Amino acid sequence: MDTGFAAVAIFFAAIFTNNILLTNYLGMCSFLSVSREIKTSLGLGAAVIFVMASTSFLNYIVYHFVLIPLGLEALRFIVFIIVIAAFVQLVEMVIERVSETLYAALGIFLPLITVNCAILGVSLFMVIREYGMLQSFMYGLGSGIGWFLAIMAMAGIRQRLKKAQVPKGLEGAGITLVITGMMALAFMGFSGMISV
Amino acid sequence: MVSFFVSVAAVSGLAGFLAVLMVIADATIANYGTVKVTINGDKKFDVKGGRPLLATLMDEGVFIPSACGGRGSCGLCKVKIKDGAGAFLPTELPWLSDEEKENGIRLACQCKVKNDYAIEIPEELFNVKEFRTTVLRIRDLTHDIKEVVFKLDDPATMDYKAGQFIQLKVPEYELTDEPVYRAYSMASHPAVKDQVETEIRLVPNGICTTYVHKHLKEGDQVILNGPYGEFFLRDSDRKVVCIAGSSGMAPIKSILNDMAVRGIDRETMYFFGARSKRDLFLADEMRELEAKLPRFSFIPALSEPEPEDNWDGATGLITEVLDSYLSSGDNVEAYLCGSPGMIDACINVLTKKGVPEDLIFYDKFA
Repeated sequence: MDTGFAAVAIFFAAIFTNNILLTNYLGMCSFLSVSREIKTSLGLGAAVIFVMASTSFLNYIVYHFVLIPLGLEALRFIVFIIVIAAFVQLVEMVIERVSETLYAALGIFLPLITVNCAILGVSLFMVIREYGMLQSFMYGLGSGIGWFLAIMAMAGIRQRLKKAQVPKGLEGAGITLVITGMMALAFMGFSGMISV
Repeated sequence: MVSFFVSVAAVSGLAGFLAVLMVIADATIANYGTVKVTINGDKKFDVKGGRPLLATLMDEGVFIPSACGGRGSCGLCKVKIKDGAGAFLPTELPWLSDEEKENGIRLACQCKVKNDYAIEIPEELFNVKEFRTTVLRIRDLTHDIKEVVFKLDDPATMDYKAGQFIQLKVPEYELTDEPVYRAYSMASHPAVKDQVETEIRLVPNGICTTYVHKHLKEGDQVILNGPYGEFFLRDSDRKVVCIAGSSGMAPIKSILNDMAVRGIDRETMYFFGARSKRDLFLADEMRELEAKLPRFSFIPALSEPEPEDNWDGATGLITEVLDSYLSSGDNVEAYLCGSPGMIDACINVLTKKGVPEDLIFYDKFA
């Protein structure tokens, strides 16, 4: 399998069969707290796609051109986090400067996902699975889209759920987690088709 | 050993590089230079751009009431931004009604001043300041109401209208993890500019009232800000009807004293509702006012007088007493302060008597 084809396979696998939220259960906190409305979920989802795709690429560069030559692979956790935090902060500043509308729609969510575990997770999986540069980028992009799909689906369900009678003890995070589990089961139907 | 230094150097180098990048970004991308904030069309401030409007105004000495301190979780710091702010932010929307959105009302803590702003705020807010004070005197008015007098230290004086209120800052203590602000009417006379007097009733488990009743001592340092509010005597020659219950006495006392000092001679009735004699306070002071104000009468009413009270005044609910004493609502202006239930019931009686709603002013305990 050549790298180009592998990258495409990884892209789709990251969206469906190995959805980072529904199979690894990463990025749950913002998923649970922001999925109340479709509109805000859209903004946060878009922000996650952007940040995952760019940080997986950035961290690939840092890992392969800084950490490996210096023999500092063990420091990747702390280094990845610093890179992600600085990058997100910079992007927020730039967005705020250039476009008011983009800031209102997307920029306002960036601080929420600076230390999102799914973002760090993507960078760490990229190392564990020994992806190449293109593959890393596609994996980040695919994972972002997967996370986006999951939160949009959940927001749609939760908006309808407002009219439903949920038992008192299950309200809020409880019922959301149960539904997430069911969605994960549905996504498992894809498993085995392609793998990361 | 070498790898140890290499790792320290690598992490420091990377972090340092990113930090320098952030500093440069902060000075270039996030640098909005000096921008102009115009308030109510005439007051102009040159301010450093890029910070939230609430904090920017605070630096200029303009205090917008806010309870959460700018985290966007109380929805109090509403101001009208006529020009300058962009689209509504998702963090503002939960606090704004459709009508407010149409009128350009925004949350001052969420809107960052990145270009010139033109805003509108009530004129009184220019007068609002934060004061460092010392507790001068605490005394019991009844079994559950304390009179607390604050001496203003810095700034040393406050200009306000009789009937307005201040916000008291309660520091962290056992009932609260963060400082909170609670509003209390001023009972003092506006001519005494260096003191603020409040009447505070103990509410079981109330954060501020418990603090005042159980912890506050004479000599303590307290932060307060103000003055706020639209509850003050309107200039007219209509008949004045004041109605209060419990610590609602405070602003009415201030208004009446102010009338006496300024020699405002209007026909005035003051209905004060209490359960029994032990809830009645400052009655002597009100009687003294009757001597100073020729056309003023104080009508305390007890709803459940005890036998030992030997009560020969008005008896019954404040609404019943109001109904029987006030013959007509013609040419009447009403000032109400007390619990929401009492105020709503009294507004009913007043409107039935023919007092137009825009002449009924009230200050509800929230």
